[in-house]
Amino acid sequence: MTTAQTVLRHDDAPHPHAFTRGEVGWVPHLEPLAEEELTERHYDGLVDAARAKNDYFRLLARDPEVLKARTLVDKDIFYNAAEGLPRADRELAATAASRRNGCVFCASVHSRFAAHHSKRVDDVDLLLDEGVEADLGARWNAIVAASVALTDTPNAFGEDDIVRLRAAGLDDLEVADVIHGAAFFNWANRLMLSIGRPVAPA
Amino acid sequence: MTDDIVDRIVEVTPELDALRRRRPVTREQLQASFDALFRPVTVEHVSQAERELVAAFATGLAGAEDSTAVFYAARAQDADPQRTRVVLAEAADAAVRGPFGAYTELGLQEENTEGERYVPSDAVIAVIGERLAAALAHTHLLVFRPREASGADLGRLLDAGWSTDGIVTLSQLVSFLAFQQRVVTGLRVLAAAGRTSASETEISEEEEAA
Repeated sequence: MTTAQTVLRHDDAPHPHAFTRGEVGWVPHLEPLAEEELTERHYDGLVDAARAKNDYFRLLARDPEVLKARTLVDKDIFYNAAEGLPRADRELAATAASRRNGCVFCASVHSRFAAHHSKRVDDVDLLLDEGVEADLGARWNAIVAASVALTDTPNAFGEDDIVRLRAAGLDDLEVADVIHGAAFFNWANRLMLSIGRPVAPA
Repeated sequence: MTDDIVDRIVEVTPELDALRRRRPVTREQLQASFDALFRPVTVEHVSQAERELVAAFATGLAGAEDSTAVFYAARAQDADPQRTRVVLAEAADAAVRGPFGAYTELGLQEENTEGERYVPSDAVIAVIGERLAAALAHTHLLVFRPREASGADLGRLLDAGWSTDGIVTLSQLVSFLAFQQRVVTGLRVLAAAGRTSASETEISEEEEAA
């Protein structure tokens, strides 16, 4: 059996202790494509050539067409902030979904973004430390609650979540942005948690 | 007329359509993700029937009446009626509440929660085959307790005949469906909650133009 068809071990890479805003690393359970194996089709899937340096993306490049669409939908949901929900609130939705599912890696990345864009470092840390029941004020509580309800199975997202988001000042484009942000992390969390694992910050 | 799958499952209204079209890239690339998984360039590592059956199982775990589940159940029925019957029965039996599970992180042990883990029976494996049965077990893991996923779970897929490329596609498939199903749920609830502000703006502009 070749290395490409075996599970990789990283016994020397320490697991994180808990949720953190620190720089959590990630190691793949399966062999990513080697950089020298990448063809034009793979680079098209990677979208940004710089992502060829990243194990996660080179592993996902084994199915380039899905990776490409995943990457473009991800970028639009989070970075296309000319109108609609402010970036900080989108990152909050991502962090809340990741906190609920238990993705320490995703939560670390997106809690850093949420803290950076909102400047509400203490509230972001409260979400990581106490969990999705933490009291973050009416607007953030509404976004976290909606993200969590949408993450749960069977789905708990209902009209009361919409009412609460509207009461917090969100219009329907912004509500749709919360829905897409939280929903997308139900995609990202499952990949990050299953085809590799987090590594404690150095 | 639209061939957008989310529009079709949501039963898109003019108001919701206007709202979705304010995020054209998201709308297009969500559809492109579906196309990449269900109209793939190659089925060398994951067959078309496997894609349809796994999708029916993954979405059916949210309940057989869920609109996304209904959509994928019908597709699977067309692709492989015999195994679809078994797969849908398994989904109905294995539907629990999630996310749950035990954390690897030592500092999170107090947050561990329990639930029922799905293991296909020998009788089911005999009908649907070891390879699909292993995929369903992995799908249940990803849907309900992703925090428990480990390298050993991927080892079980390799042992059941899945290639590394096939595991990447399978993982993308189940994870994408978790996204698509939630977009559908969210948009349906939003549409049911009343007129969107986007439509109000548009209608008033139309009235002005008239």
